[in-house]
Amino acid sequence: MSQIAYFNLPDVGEGLTEAEIVTWKVSVGDTVSVNQIIVEIETAKSLVELPVPFAGVVSELLAKEGDTVEVGKPIIAVKVAGTVGAVSTATSAIKIIDESEAAAAAADTAATVSEISTPAKTPNLVGYGVMEGSHGGSRRRRGPIAPTAPAVTAAAVAAAATHLPPANPATELHNTVVIASSEKVIAKPPIRKLARDLGVDITKLSGSGIAGEILREDVVNGATQASVFRNLSTPEAPKTSEERIPVKGVRKAIATAMVQSAFTAPHVSIFVDVDATRTMEYVKRLKASTDFAGVKVTPLLIMAKAMIWAVRRNPMVNSTWTDEEIIVHNFVNFGIAAATPRGLIVPNIKNAHEMSMLELAEAIQQLAATARDGKTTPADMKDGTITITNIGVFGVDTGTPILNPGEVGIVALGSIRPKPWVVNNEIQIRQVTTIGATFDHRVVDGDVASRFVQDVASVMEEPALLLD
Amino acid sequence: MTSQDRVPMVQLLNPEGEYGVPSAYAEYGKYIEALKEEDFLKFYRDMARMRRFDYEATALQRQGQLGLWIPAIGQEAAQIGSGYAVGHNDHIFPSYREHGVAITHGIDLMSILKMLRGVNHGGWNPDETRFHLYAIVLATQTLHATGYAMGVKFDGKVGNGDLENDLAVITYIGDGATAEGEASESFLFAATNKVPLVYFIQNNQYAISSPVATQTTVPLFQRGAGFGVPGIRIDGNDVLASYAVTKKHMDDAREGAGPHLIEALTYRMGAHTSSDDPTKYRSKEEEEYWKARDPLSRLEKFLRRQGINQSFFDECEAAGEELSAYVRSETFALGNPPIENMFKHVYSEAHPLIEEQLAWLEGYEASFENAPEQGGVA
Repeated sequence: MSQIAYFNLPDVGEGLTEAEIVTWKVSVGDTVSVNQIIVEIETAKSLVELPVPFAGVVSELLAKEGDTVEVGKPIIAVKVAGTVGAVSTATSAIKIIDESEAAAAAADTAATVSEISTPAKTPNLVGYGVMEGSHGGSRRRRGPIAPTAPAVTAAAVAAAATHLPPANPATELHNTVVIASSEKVIAKPPIRKLARDLGVDITKLSGSGIAGEILREDVVNGATQASVFRNLSTPEAPKTSEERIPVKGVRKAIATAMVQSAFTAPHVSIFVDVDATRTMEYVKRLKASTDFAGVKVTPLLIMAKAMIWAVRRNPMVNSTWTDEEIIVHNFVNFGIAAATPRGLIVPNIKNAHEMSMLELAEAIQQLAATARDGKTTPADMKDGTITITNIGVFGVDTGTPILNPGEVGIVALGSIRPKPWVVNNEIQIRQVTTIGATFDHRVVDGDVASRFVQDVASVMEEPALLLD
Repeated sequence: MTSQDRVPMVQLLNPEGEYGVPSAYAEYGKYIEALKEEDFLKFYRDMARMRRFDYEATALQRQGQLGLWIPAIGQEAAQIGSGYAVGHNDHIFPSYREHGVAITHGIDLMSILKMLRGVNHGGWNPDETRFHLYAIVLATQTLHATGYAMGVKFDGKVGNGDLENDLAVITYIGDGATAEGEASESFLFAATNKVPLVYFIQNNQYAISSPVATQTTVPLFQRGAGFGVPGIRIDGNDVLASYAVTKKHMDDAREGAGPHLIEALTYRMGAHTSSDDPTKYRSKEEEEYWKARDPLSRLEKFLRRQGINQSFFDECEAAGEELSAYVRSETFALGNPPIENMFKHVYSEAHPLIEEQLAWLEGYEASFENAPEQGGVA
């Protein structure tokens, strides 16, 4: 009897996740001996020659030169005369099957290889979509919940996701620990005090720190917006014009998975209803003020200002994805979707983050006038960093905006109209609107997206926050 | 190669395999003269064994069977020679690259592979082997060794002329680790307490990628002098110098002479570990220079000059094949250790918190047995 032995790409460094096949030293049909060098691979660290663990005849090369292969995926199949001997299943480095099963396995393997970059096999990081449940073996530990664990809220998962590298079961395990036994709270005294100050029940939080420690942001995420703002300061505007974050590791994995999740652009949209009564009052006051005489003041202006402020607090929504890196812009070129007779265009206001409310109002007015006249230039539409679309003017409550290419965030302002709203346990008539927002999931995860939209919503609820 | 190479060193076997005792080092000659042919063969056999083991372990790492491998190719003479110079009561505190010294003390080589696979923490009993566990944290073993040697002194087991009970301690340290504070602390305490301790520095020229010249301006064998630990430099690729000089200073230490330091000038022919790529920081020429000083071929030349015939080398080759096959099949078959091992040695006695953690983990692991595939958390 002979066997087919598969050699899976090993982690030859400490914690590498993938490697590129550089040169095959053998071909199908070649006879190989144990430890014969069969392939040269390039890892993130160096060029490495791999010795084959079996003697036999090469029956298949499962990756091409130039392919990037995930650690643990088979790269070569060797037909072994006789049997390989005892092989522990403790590592995923080798898989042996009898030749009689080879045909079926070959199909399997082909499937496995073709799945290398499909989202079905990648860990589900952010709580969106459904993860395929059919993987076995060591994979099963990714994202498990002990059966006794209570349901995890999407918010907790989203919050945890930012701290969880996908391929680190140990970290996930810590999170599960905390979810499963919420009585023992690990938190530093200042964090406990913060929780007390914000009125957050610390035992109800799931900690995202090491060993489930409750971190400042866990407490903040667990608090209501209004209480948070008293305790958080908005960071200083950075001095540099941009920050470059290399695209690799978890970020790259998220990106790959997300790209293939929905169409080709991984849009994720979220919505929040908000009581905009105070914004409407604010708009009314501004209109009446002498400073703003002759300038058009609308809820869109407040929303624009709110977004620029929220960008400073959540800079990732104001960035650009380039496959190699994420460019986080520390400036805001504020795009406004404008319906014109020639179709929808998205001119932007350059360096909107430097503008006062009045300057911004004038710039918006100017932009709208130029667009209406059909005089918007390509330069006006270039280099936008984030966009607003005012679908409320069409009488629509909300919608799912589509990203302006090159940007990762867009916010839709729905119509603002009187609706019943619960205030202090009583139904009152308030000016209510829905904010809808879409983000590029390659860059922006659920937690950041939610925080950003919450920030915008908070300002719509209480424009005085802009004074911070 | 560098200015340091002009410092004289003890060499009894030159790169051509010619034996001779320079008059300056006459005191070391008697240790070689006391050896029999079988001892020289034993040196070679174990050096060859060490190298073969290293090749196999390197391949196993590249095949995903070990998390990491720490090669010692090129350092066989330094390790096998000094390892055999250690007396039958003496204790050894190694760093993490002393696979050859382990061989001289009967350590099951699978224990080392298990450690580098993450299956155990060493696994041998230092009480029985007198070869203590590998110290992964640089230079910590020098303090363990100093403390142990102080204990030996407090027990009065030094300088009695009683070879049955007296003992000395040797610690192995790399050139890079000499820069650690622990090494200096150890020198000071060893000297002021006049403990029976020999420091064996394997200067393999690189602290990962940093060449020795960037780590010290004074030759390493002089490093202990200011603390009161005299030193000597030897050709670390000469197994006879390694044996003779270590033997003398271990004997002296046992007899109460206090600590001594030996710097063995050698070369790590391979990478620092399997995660390292030496081509990025050293030249082909340099590697060729040291290849010509290969400790194993040097001893082979010597043995052939002594009339040892081919059949002996064939035997060594066959033994190497056997060892390779053995560690391969053993390693491939290694399962995961029971999870309680992780908790076993945290405290010497039962501890409620540890027990609670163990119970939790067991429950967690057991939860997979019947749980349906959950497929993510949301």
